[in-house]
Amino acid sequence: MSGRTYVSAKINGEQMDFLCEPRQSLLEVLRDELGMTGSKEGCNNGNCGACNVIMNGVLVNACCVLGVEAQGGTIVTIEGVASGEDLHPLQRTFLDDAALQCGICTPGFIVAAKALLDKEPDADEARIRHWLAGNLCRCTGYDKIVHAVLDAADVMRKTPAKV
Amino acid sequence: MVIENKPKYKVIGTRPVRPDGIDKVTGRAQYGADIHMQGALQGRMKRSPHAHAIIKNIDVSKALALDGVKAVVTAQDLAGPGGDVSTLPDAAQNILASRKVLYRGQAVAAVAAINDHIAQEAVKLIEVEYEVLPHVLDVRESMRPDAPILNETMRTRGPNPGDGATNIVAHTVAAFGDIERGFAECDVIVENEFSTKMVHQGYIEPQAATASWAPDGQLSIWTTTQGSFPAREACAQLLNHPISKIKVTPTEIGGGFGGKISVYLEPVAALLSRKTGKPVAIRMDRIDVFEGTGPTPGTSIKVKLGATKDGKFRAAYADMAYENGAFAGSAAMYATMVITAGYEIEHVKLDGFDVVVNKPRTQDYRAPSAPAAAFAFEQLVDELAEKLKLDPLKLRLMNASKEGSRGPMGMPFKRVGHEECLEAALNSPHYNPPLEGPNRGRGVASGFWFNVGLRSSVNVSVQPDGTVNLNEGNTDIGGTRASLAMQLAETIGVAFEDIKPGVVDTDSVGVNDVTAGSRVTFASGMAVHEAGKNLIKELTTRLAPTWQVPVEEIEFEDGTFKTKDGAKSGTFKEIATQVVGRGVGLTVSGSVNAGFLAGGGFAHAIVDVEVDPETGKVTILRYTAIQDAGTAVHPAYVEGQMQGGAVQGIGWAINEEYYYDESGRMANSSFLDYRLPTSLDVPMIDTIIVEVPNPLHPFGVRGVGEPGIVPPLAAIANAVCHATGVRQTQLPMSPRRILETTLGIG
Amino acid sequence: MQAIEYIAPASLAEAIKVLAHHGGAARALAGGTDVIIQAREGRRNVSVMVDVKHIAETTELSLSPDGSLRVGAATSCARIYDNAEVARLFPALIESVSLIGGIQIQSRASLGGNLCNSSPAADSIPTLIALAATCEIAGPGGKRSVAVEDFCTAPGQNVLQPGELLVALTFPAPKPHSGAAFERFIPRNEMDIAVVNAAASVTLAADGSTFESGRIAMGAVAPTPLFVKAAGDALAGRPVSAATIDAAAAAASAAAKPITDMRGSAPQRTHLAGVLTKRVINKAVERARGA
Repeated sequence: MSGRTYVSAKINGEQMDFLCEPRQSLLEVLRDELGMTGSKEGCNNGNCGACNVIMNGVLVNACCVLGVEAQGGTIVTIEGVASGEDLHPLQRTFLDDAALQCGICTPGFIVAAKALLDKEPDADEARIRHWLAGNLCRCTGYDKIVHAVLDAADVMRKTPAKV
Repeated sequence: MVIENKPKYKVIGTRPVRPDGIDKVTGRAQYGADIHMQGALQGRMKRSPHAHAIIKNIDVSKALALDGVKAVVTAQDLAGPGGDVSTLPDAAQNILASRKVLYRGQAVAAVAAINDHIAQEAVKLIEVEYEVLPHVLDVRESMRPDAPILNETMRTRGPNPGDGATNIVAHTVAAFGDIERGFAECDVIVENEFSTKMVHQGYIEPQAATASWAPDGQLSIWTTTQGSFPAREACAQLLNHPISKIKVTPTEIGGGFGGKISVYLEPVAALLSRKTGKPVAIRMDRIDVFEGTGPTPGTSIKVKLGATKDGKFRAAYADMAYENGAFAGSAAMYATMVITAGYEIEHVKLDGFDVVVNKPRTQDYRAPSAPAAAFAFEQLVDELAEKLKLDPLKLRLMNASKEGSRGPMGMPFKRVGHEECLEAALNSPHYNPPLEGPNRGRGVASGFWFNVGLRSSVNVSVQPDGTVNLNEGNTDIGGTRASLAMQLAETIGVAFEDIKPGVVDTDSVGVNDVTAGSRVTFASGMAVHEAGKNLIKELTTRLAPTWQVPVEEIEFEDGTFKTKDGAKSGTFKEIATQVVGRGVGLTVSGSVNAGFLAGGGFAHAIVDVEVDPETGKVTILRYTAIQDAGTAVHPAYVEGQMQGGAVQGIGWAINEEYYYDESGRMANSSFLDYRLPTSLDVPMIDTIIVEVPNPLHPFGVRGVGEPGIVPPLAAIANAVCHATGVRQTQLPMSPRRILETTLGIG
Repeated sequence: MQAIEYIAPASLAEAIKVLAHHGGAARALAGGTDVIIQAREGRRNVSVMVDVKHIAETTELSLSPDGSLRVGAATSCARIYDNAEVARLFPALIESVSLIGGIQIQSRASLGGNLCNSSPAADSIPTLIALAATCEIAGPGGKRSVAVEDFCTAPGQNVLQPGELLVALTFPAPKPHSGAAFERFIPRNEMDIAVVNAAASVTLAADGSTFESGRIAMGAVAPTPLFVKAAGDALAGRPVSAATIDAAAAAASAAAKPITDMRGSAPQRTHLAGVLTKRVINKAVERARGA
């Protein structure tokens, strides 16, 4: 019963094959089997957003997905948000706007915000606050995070080709 | 807002991007749980299901028999006989209990297995036989003579030790003037009783530690900690192992706020590693964090404040009981240092009671003890303002502490910025237009935290290209690589980008005390300044023969070395490249003991709320945080501290609490039901940085991490009172509580 | 988590076969946002997870020309609210599915899962009741239909027998001059379990002055989501007025039999039952008049 299952998925643009136990979450698989520790565990029950990844085009908590469910799917993690040496505009504005302190929630916020801006490039403050309500940050009080997302949206609107 | 002329700094006051930033926005940064060592085992703790019980027996045989389980440890594996560690008995019992469990969630054993799922199954197979005892959760109930006693040997430290066992750890008395005469001189006296609930720091990263015990006894520990040196010290004592054989490497830390000072997992992982010969990683889950780490005390505070009819405070009395959780602490003692420190009051008497209850051993949380004290005191200040028909800010300004006023422990304040914060509030765009609309209210409150100095040590090395490495021993919890590199750049006159800061392990730098008490940018900044001065001195010495002038002929000013006659000169980088690039290496250090008290910091809050009269829900409409930063080294990071403290305070005020059921179990030990504010629950937090330079620091820096959480509880309570007409004496001011107090429902 | 077996059947027949074979140890996996967490935290004994997201019938979302709606049980909340036509016709349903967890949850969590989890505080169930939805259930013995208000039997329990699967929920087309609304009360503004939630569906006379009928349901005030027939009856045939709506709200409060726990006190919940009922009826009336 606890045998390992073969799974094949496209992660950050690379076809990856791995073995996992069905009880392992996608988060465990990413972190413990594939060594991609950018997705963080804050609560392990879908209430903090630190493990956010984009799976088959939608934002999910990797802790609420079984690794085996990734079969045949497409996953983007924080490790796949920058393209080579070029930071994503969100990564740039998070730095420039001082939107992180300890940084543990940052990968989840950036992935979540990317999912939003990919879908709604004109998201305003109210929409951003609503979209990010599933991502907890205890350091910043959210102010600078919301500013960083607004600023990144601005950058992305001005340079759409880059994104 | 700059209050006084400050020197023209080149780097201080700018907003560079933090050196560790890229790693943190790309997922590269390695936090506690990200340490994956080849062949590592996974550990899990077995925890008590009871709030208070005697441990009769622990049977680990079934767990050990499970396939994949490599070792089990209990308190018997700790340093002392029977699991007692004479030098740290409470810490030992807190990480692995041997005789009694004093709270639900206290660890009693630990397992190492080939993966976490098996470790969890093994934990369930450990059989612990308990004799359940009556428990006590409320601080005032625990002080009663008939309360269940947690520790039979406890006697109260303080004026009246008593002869029997007690739950009162200590009674701290602070008295100035003549309290009875003081109240007799007052025209107006207000008094009330307040209470707050136990709350958690709520850092998003759970504790995680990995230990590797080599056959020669070298113990390496990687851990997410606010104190790698204190962790080394604690492990040395708990394991009876020399500190020379222990190396603690702090990982990146995902928040702490005071909660990651104590060790929980490190010694246990070390024991499991010693037993198995393999590295062992233990990671807490969120329930472990809520139930098994150190939240901050719930309180019961009775306060009385009197003033003359023109508004001058004359006398104040407070009786403050603070939960310490299962073991002795000192929160109430801290409270006596801060509750009245913001004001000049001639006659003061403060009784602080530290009390054990059957809850987790409490720890510091951002300005520990001060927010609850301010919640009580700053509401009375508002009541006085109402009674005297005075503006609440002007009343505070009239009485505010300033240079020379009596501060914590009776010591006179050096230059502090309470008055300046209040003036900034009075002149702010938030305070001036009146608040309009039904069910709305505006509140203000001041907050004080004493800040600490303590010991810091840094190493600075010049590289052949003239850039400088700065190695520090304090974890970078929110931008201190940047704030320390900036101070070094300022000291030696180079660009921020020419400093490469790093956080190093305990083998690689002198002793550093905790990353707490708002001390790192302050005290480690002093060490950095010291190291920078040493560096200039050493470079000057080495430069003299090159320039063929006596050392005394060389001056360093504004980033440039030059001879007094001006004939020769060179920038720091030019000279460093010459001297070190072609010569021998150059490393200097800077070490300071910045003392206990670090000058103190004041903060103020203005907040507008709206209260739904039908549901009791409080919405924060607008919030302005004002704080004296001394000198804001990196203003954006200062703002971040203020905003973060404000929102933690909003959570504490409105929704956060340890909610206990009858059995002594925390019923809401998840991020679903322990309600940290989300982005949707708060507005933008406006900030006003006040800069009243701290005379204790070469650049005038004050600690800024903590004071911002002190005012919001009281400011929101004052605002809710203005919106509803009902004074809020208990936290949290949840919808349930507001309905109870405004409509009598409940 | 206990060791589990994962099976992803490609047809309804296969799913039923697998569920029937494993009996009570098997559990359907749609979004997994409840069941994975419950299994991990030891709150549900699950040894086989049957992924029902690869089955046509459980993943469809189809609106008939007459306005009736069929939602496959495994259809995610996000797919429902991203459908503009469904959003236009069933705003109360959108209000419900937009409140189940955060965005990250809504992208996976399904309407069927929310119902099968059978929490007394589930955010979709009062709306399903108010909208008179029907559960289509398939099992080894064939198909059956159950009115949604009869589905939940106790906290976490429902009428599904081992081997049975909730396939879809069907909604009758909204009637002319009708409107519905859902609200919940939580201490924060997102991410909480309802202290109380409520949904109302009303049909007005053509001139909008009188209630023809109403269906009111509430959550977190009883062991199961509560269909408060008396509250709907208090509306039927009466003028649209504050007095009528207050009477319905009073009936809702009277029907509430809540408990006190960490999320709210019994008196608070009883009070909120009335407050929310009033609010959702008012909003439903507004929508009915606009419809």
